[in-house]
Amino acid sequence: MSKLLTVNELCTSFFTKFGEVKAVDHVSFELDKGEVLAIVGESGSGKSVTSMSIMGLVAKGGKIISGEIIFEDEDLAKKSEKELSKIRGKEIAMIFQDPMTCLNPVFTIGNQMEEVLKIHQKQLSKKERHAKMVEMLEKVGLANPLERLKQYPHELSGGMRQRIMIAMSLLCNPKLLIADEPTTALDVTIQAQIVDLMRDLKDEFNTAIILITHDLGVVAGIADKVAVMYAGEIVEEAKVDDLYYHPLHPYTWGLLKALPRLDMKENELRPIPGSTPDLLLERKGCPFFDRCEYAMECCKEHRPDKFVKENGHSVKCWRYHEDFKEVE
Amino acid sequence: MEKEVILKVEGLKKYFTIDKSSKLFKPSKAILKAVDDVTFDVYKGETLGLVGESGCGKTTLGRTIIRIYHPTEGKIIFEGQDIAFLKPKELKKYRKDMHMIFQDPYASLDPRMTVREIIEEAMVNDTSLAKDDRERRVLELLEMVGLNSDHASRFPHEFSGGQRQRVGIARSLAANPKFIVCDEPISALDVSIQAQVVNLLKDLQRKLGLTYLFIAHDLSMVQYISDRVGVMYLGKMVELADTKELYANPLHPYTQALMSAIPIPDPDHEREKRRIVIEGEVPSPIDPPKGCAFCTRCPKATKRCFEEVPPYKEIVKGRFIACHLYER
Repeated sequence: MSKLLTVNELCTSFFTKFGEVKAVDHVSFELDKGEVLAIVGESGSGKSVTSMSIMGLVAKGGKIISGEIIFEDEDLAKKSEKELSKIRGKEIAMIFQDPMTCLNPVFTIGNQMEEVLKIHQKQLSKKERHAKMVEMLEKVGLANPLERLKQYPHELSGGMRQRIMIAMSLLCNPKLLIADEPTTALDVTIQAQIVDLMRDLKDEFNTAIILITHDLGVVAGIADKVAVMYAGEIVEEAKVDDLYYHPLHPYTWGLLKALPRLDMKENELRPIPGSTPDLLLERKGCPFFDRCEYAMECCKEHRPDKFVKENGHSVKCWRYHEDFKEVE
Repeated sequence: MEKEVILKVEGLKKYFTIDKSSKLFKPSKAILKAVDDVTFDVYKGETLGLVGESGCGKTTLGRTIIRIYHPTEGKIIFEGQDIAFLKPKELKKYRKDMHMIFQDPYASLDPRMTVREIIEEAMVNDTSLAKDDRERRVLELLEMVGLNSDHASRFPHEFSGGQRQRVGIARSLAANPKFIVCDEPISALDVSIQAQVVNLLKDLQRKLGLTYLFIAHDLSMVQYISDRVGVMYLGKMVELADTKELYANPLHPYTQALMSAIPIPDPDHEREKRRIVIEGEVPSPIDPPKGCAFCTRCPKATKRCFEEVPPYKEIVKGRFIACHLYER
């Protein structure tokens, strides 16, 4: 079976007056239909830039330097803006962290939803468009859809706005949905509602989802695969169970130990010392070198290769080189 | 042994008046009950966690206690003295004993002042230290929070989020306070940095015998740091108990729902868990429900809950709850 999306050695850089910032550095991953890939990482790790590169929405000053983004046998990285705009919103849709800034405050919800259909589904009549919008709003669990269509974004709460965003992104039955921190701005009880909703919609429409988040708890509940990003690189990628129960990279160990957990009594929090590296500085070795308690001599000078285990669990760390031996 | 009470809050209310004039010449005012009749004690040397969703009044409560806001009604008894309605001059004596750590380390430090000036400023008003002593104390404080003397002459923009929060903590400690209100001190920070800051706060508490009121929406972090936890909903305290007891056996339906909504970083657990889904959203505090504040979303609500406000009382020693289900 061919993959829905294959990202191959993607590099995206921003050119600032201080120099080049390699925000995404040789990132590769694959995604099947109906699969959920979570990309986790701290702020500045390049997870959002990865998704923006796929959408062709890299901000001004940034550029895809090299690599391929194969979506249904076509390379998105080579497409023109005009070609991309046909795919965006139709085949690939996106929801963002802050639903308030993504909705236009001077148009009603109905106006904004209809615009998507007017652009991507020209064959629909006005009546059909209306019926479709109402149907979608019901699917995402909003009461009184007819009334909602007439309202403006400021009349709705954060959770409702995020539901509208999801409804809007699903209007054209996209094959891939990119959700960039969809629950971060919401309260836990609302977050739980939205995560449940996304899980249901995935089952119903068989949409593949790329979920970008820093919350390892949310990931555990919804993802099939997880990629951990650090300083622009994917340092570890695995099936969700393998990642949580058999993490390989010291950074992933650190992340899991730094979380307080409700289900464990009396656990000691073990913070990761230091902070994330400055991406402006040219580096030779492993990006996690400064903060890693298992760092070795070779980590300083040589960037780790990617080692892949039989079950597809991949990691970028010298500890998994065949010549590595634990010293007592 | 009876624990010493450092702060006693009794029937505290903080109402805001809101201009609701819809027409130019027809003014009308509405009252927003941000904190509505809240009563609790804080023991010396403990950490009292305060949790709730956004808009529940936890930040307003914290700010009213240290008199950034003027309370509408009630008592704030700090070390035997009611400070709720003291005039600014009389209050000055108590200012040095209570301090605050703010949520946003980017907004709460003046960008035009060096770290030395920021920390020193807190001492100028509240202590009688001479210039030399103040400078020595700044360096001492920086060391205490894990920074060093080089940092003193730098400006806030030169620091990362975690380091800025350390500066904020150093400032709050400058005048040797007894009681510190930590208002979401970690929610703007990355996961790996959160644990660093929380462990620092714990260390400082042990060393200096501080008392914390720790406000947060992250229930797992609150469990980790607090001795007792209070849960707020729509301006009211709905449950308050020992951390262990509250998390092992939450009584109030809202606490139960809140606990089950928290995602846990464990895929098996997430797949098998039965979540108590509470429908809908928090009602507006301008027009709260008539009876119990939670009645509109409570899965166990009876007719009585819609009519009568449940009293907040101690049902077992040290366990407070406001719910009709637990009245005998």
